[in-house]
Amino acid sequence: MAAVIEIQKLVKKYGDIEAVRGIDLVVEQGEVFGFLGPNGAGKTTTISILCTLLRPTGGAAQVAGIDVARDPAAVRSRIGLVFQDPSLDDQLTARENLDLHGRIYGVPSALRRQRIDELLEVVELKDRASSLVRTFSGGMKRRLEIARGVLHHPQILFLDEPTLGLDPQTRKHIWDYLNELRRREGVTLFMTTHYMDEAEFCDRIAIIDQGRIVALGTPTELKGKIGGDVITLQVSDVPAAAREVEQRFGIAPLSANGTLRIEVPDGASFLPRLVRELPMRIDSVSLSRPSLDDVFLKLTGHAIRAEGASDKDMLRNMGRMWRGGRR
Amino acid sequence: MTTAAPRAAGIVTPVRGIGGGLLGAIYIVWWRDIIRYWRDRARVGASLAQPLLYLVIFGTGLASSLGGGFGATTAGGAGVSYTQFIYPGVISMSVLFTAIFGAMSIVWDREFGFMRELLVAPIDRAAIAIGKTLGGATQAMIQGLILLVLAPFVGVTLAPAVIAQVVVLTFVLAFGLSAMGVALASFMRSMQGFQVVMNFLMMPMFFLSGALFPLVGLPGWMTVLTRLNPASYGIDPIRRVLLGSSGFPVDRFAITIFDQTLPIAVEIVVVLGFGAVMLGIAVRAFQRRD
Repeated sequence: MAAVIEIQKLVKKYGDIEAVRGIDLVVEQGEVFGFLGPNGAGKTTTISILCTLLRPTGGAAQVAGIDVARDPAAVRSRIGLVFQDPSLDDQLTARENLDLHGRIYGVPSALRRQRIDELLEVVELKDRASSLVRTFSGGMKRRLEIARGVLHHPQILFLDEPTLGLDPQTRKHIWDYLNELRRREGVTLFMTTHYMDEAEFCDRIAIIDQGRIVALGTPTELKGKIGGDVITLQVSDVPAAAREVEQRFGIAPLSANGTLRIEVPDGASFLPRLVRELPMRIDSVSLSRPSLDDVFLKLTGHAIRAEGASDKDMLRNMGRMWRGGRR
Repeated sequence: MTTAAPRAAGIVTPVRGIGGGLLGAIYIVWWRDIIRYWRDRARVGASLAQPLLYLVIFGTGLASSLGGGFGATTAGGAGVSYTQFIYPGVISMSVLFTAIFGAMSIVWDREFGFMRELLVAPIDRAAIAIGKTLGGATQAMIQGLILLVLAPFVGVTLAPAVIAQVVVLTFVLAFGLSAMGVALASFMRSMQGFQVVMNFLMMPMFFLSGALFPLVGLPGWMTVLTRLNPASYGIDPIRRVLLGSSGFPVDRFAITIFDQTLPIAVEIVVVLGFGAVMLGIAVRAFQRRD
């Protein structure tokens, strides 16, 4: 296994704000690597530095063995990128979008044509090849962007929130295509997401919060950080219930969004005891295997969904409305 | 029909150089603009409405209140009607608006559109600035030249040689304005700046360009502003060629500096020079990384 991405002590500052505060990371060839964290955690900033769209303030990063600050053009020719916001030209057809990409990346014309046909088949857009992209659904656009991202045989495909705003079924489909492409092309996938279920598709995950990596490992390893099972309680008085649990069972529960989460080695046998011995009324109770949500909560002390909309998000939503209204 | 060969070599990128070098990349960026323009023919038609309003309503209305013979004082020579006077101005207006609007689309495109694909591509970003400038200039030129079909209605005769000259002159103006627009857009981070550009740059440029009234005998401060306006030097030669060839006495409307009438060649150099400087600024701005 060879490393395709190496990051050393990476720092990015915007004025006084430190968006990335010293990240170290190695990603191997052929891996599906996930960057998991809430909005504003520094995911997009890191990916932008790796794709040479931003310059690091400190530290270094090598992509495909090339320093991103020293030779950005060489890095760009070896990577593919699927952006958070669609970057297709919707006045052009699917085939024209792919063709333009192939030309920009210097794929010779015979190979380009063959490659476009092949990829349109993989993402099941062959019969829509000559339709204008503006007639496509969100999921179709995403598929086309993914096909475009690998057209020039990149070593690494970067995906920034590849399934953001898509419905669960479409998201699953996107993953089918990504896995298929990975199998066929041997391409390394480096993605950011804030969907926990999606992170489970990754070989390894880095959990990032406030510009730092707080945990790194396989999804199983990370879930192993939680001792066994998770019991989620819904009660009216969360702090009081937390105190009771701590006193009676010697377990420190986590509270989030009006619920109480208790980690126990064997949930099935603990649950009846808990319900019997807790003096207050319990509205609901559930027992689950730990999810990455639980891991995130445990490591950072806050839930991943607690996020405010940035200015850019607002502009993005305006754009969606505006474009939606016009089309 | 899939191939195993490229897959096995998947680790090796088949990229040779950077897509035909700088010229190839410029061509791709330009070509995309032209396809989009061609696809959007409905918009092309609709965008002719404004120049027509100026020419037919504004021109006729103002001509009536001015009492016809706008410049008919020359003994013997035919006068120029106001509608005829603003005809080249309206062509230039079409060029100006198309060029600036086209360039402003970059701002949106960069944040949420295809421009991001170009910015991350392994091409010299100079190609983006140059390709965008030429693409915008081509569209603006066509938008202006379409209005030549109105020449018979305005009473202007078009000889092939005149058309050829007007094509060149219109492109020169379109290039200068498009380069300015791209340079502006490269520094703008939000569409909010667009209103500012509209109100404090585009409209003053239009009004002070000689499109709607001759740039002679104006108050001193206004004379200075019109001479500082690069659009003035683009519109003046179009008018001189277009109307002059039909025998209208237009030279007295020509731009003068210290009572010297500027030769058309000098005006062309001024506009091209302005465009080159703007393009240089745009190239630098595009090549910069945050």
